[in-house]
Amino acid sequence: MESRGRLLLLLPLLIVLLAVIGWPLLDTFWLSFTDARLGGQTGNFVWFDNYLHAFRAPAFRRALFVTVMFTVCTVAAEMLIGLGVGLLLDMDLWGRKFLRGLLIVPWALPTVVNAMCWRVIYNPDFGALDAFLQQTGIIKEYQSWLGDPSTALIAVGAADVWKTFSLVAIITLAGLQAVPRELKEAAEIDGAGPFERFRTVTWPVILPPLTIACVLRTIEAFKVFDIIWVMTRGGPLDSTKSLSILVYQEAFSFRHAGYGASLAMLSVAITMMLIGAYSRAVRIQGAVR
Amino acid sequence: MTARQRIGRIAAYAAMILVAVVILAPLGWIVVMSISPTVDLTTVPLRWIPSALDFERYERLLTLAHNSDGEVFLYALRNTCWVAAGTTVIAFLLAIPAAWVFSRARHVRWLLYLIVGTYMLPPLMFVVPLYRILASFSLLNSPWALMVADSTIVLPFTTWFLKSGFDNIPIEIEEAGAIDGGRLWKILWDITLPLAKPLIGTTLLFSALIVWDEFLYAILFTSDSRAQTLTVVIANLASGRVSDFGLLAAAGVIAALPPVAVGLVLQRSIVSGLTSGGVKG
Repeated sequence: MESRGRLLLLLPLLIVLLAVIGWPLLDTFWLSFTDARLGGQTGNFVWFDNYLHAFRAPAFRRALFVTVMFTVCTVAAEMLIGLGVGLLLDMDLWGRKFLRGLLIVPWALPTVVNAMCWRVIYNPDFGALDAFLQQTGIIKEYQSWLGDPSTALIAVGAADVWKTFSLVAIITLAGLQAVPRELKEAAEIDGAGPFERFRTVTWPVILPPLTIACVLRTIEAFKVFDIIWVMTRGGPLDSTKSLSILVYQEAFSFRHAGYGASLAMLSVAITMMLIGAYSRAVRIQGAVR
Repeated sequence: MTARQRIGRIAAYAAMILVAVVILAPLGWIVVMSISPTVDLTTVPLRWIPSALDFERYERLLTLAHNSDGEVFLYALRNTCWVAAGTTVIAFLLAIPAAWVFSRARHVRWLLYLIVGTYMLPPLMFVVPLYRILASFSLLNSPWALMVADSTIVLPFTTWFLKSGFDNIPIEIEEAGAIDGGRLWKILWDITLPLAKPLIGTTLLFSALIVWDEFLYAILFTSDSRAQTLTVVIANLASGRVSDFGLLAAAGVIAALPPVAVGLVLQRSIVSGLTSGGVKG
């Protein structure tokens, strides 16, 4: 088939992507070296002032810490819970079809709706969580889960895990379909215990899809914005202010477009390092095996 | 069955019940809240079972009276549908031909990886320049702005997704068409596209779901009911001083119904899509 004609079909997509992604990326890069203000003039070139300012600002370090904590904890929790639920629903149990179907619901629920629901459930005056915990005698007084800096991030993280573990469970279940039955049976005949069977037969098959899921979930969690914005707006006392929230506030609430751009660049640099570290870890794991 | 196996099965069923309760309890409670009278929801101890059924919030949200909650909500629903449809059409027109080329022409694959790479960048990387571009075209606070902005998320995703789908359609079918003397576009239209129909349908629904969820661009680029989407209205309701939790819950139920229904109906193709490369967060 005529090859030139084929490549012409790429052009519309490439032109649009250059306009809506390529140009904005370059512009953000450029902005990060200026003191431009949103809605103002182009700003002056200030070299690395924005970056130096970011490294010195406690707000940046704090937001980085919050983001890393959120990412590590939610991804670890959803991977573990998702894997467990996936393995459970692979067993020959009555009603597993129903539960498998149910898994799609948290996944399909819009993030903002999920955040709003949990905000209402965590409400310190009439929330269902406090009511439940008090009526079962676990707590005596109503707590303000989202209003207390020591519990807010955990509460937001729990709401996030509730929605995202289902994706890991779905991927685990799909991965388990690829485990050859004969191999399982052969291992059983050879006298391997359930744990040994899991380690030698099941685990190697579901590891690759789970690794990909883990990498993608980490990248997603590092970008976290919606759920925090709806539940706490970064508060109380900045205890849930992630990098994305910080960039948003700097660039749009305070109109420091240049500084905001430099923070966005920094968070991308960290994402890149994460991706690099992950692919290395995966390769080392592959070499050991 | 040995005693040990029996204990194992009981534990497994207990775990299953736990999972079901954890998933269903918050969902069920939101539905119950949306039809409970307000007094039930603002008492301590909380009333779990409503004293009466109250569908008044749904009525309020779904009537178009001037200056009412319903007006804001219904306009947001319209805007969301409008943006979802528009973005999906853009994705359809641009991503299908490109994905087909990426599937057939190996030497331009690197471009595809570049495009997919941008999908991993936080939207905040694009937001300031996009804001300035849209402002200079006076497009802020219009559904068009959101269609353009959402394309930055939807286009890389659909291109990747469709490409892995086209990979499953053997190139020989197209080559046979070429030998018979068909023109390129005719082969695509008559042979490849009909075969790819289910895949294209799933991909477009996926992109509609992404737009339905989108929040960051929507709060940045819209300011009133001419363009505000459902996610923005719900976020505003949640953070406002609304004392009627039932109203919030009802808004959440309505906003969640379409994506959840799509999820349940298309479960099979969504699951295979999720596991074949593209993973939506």
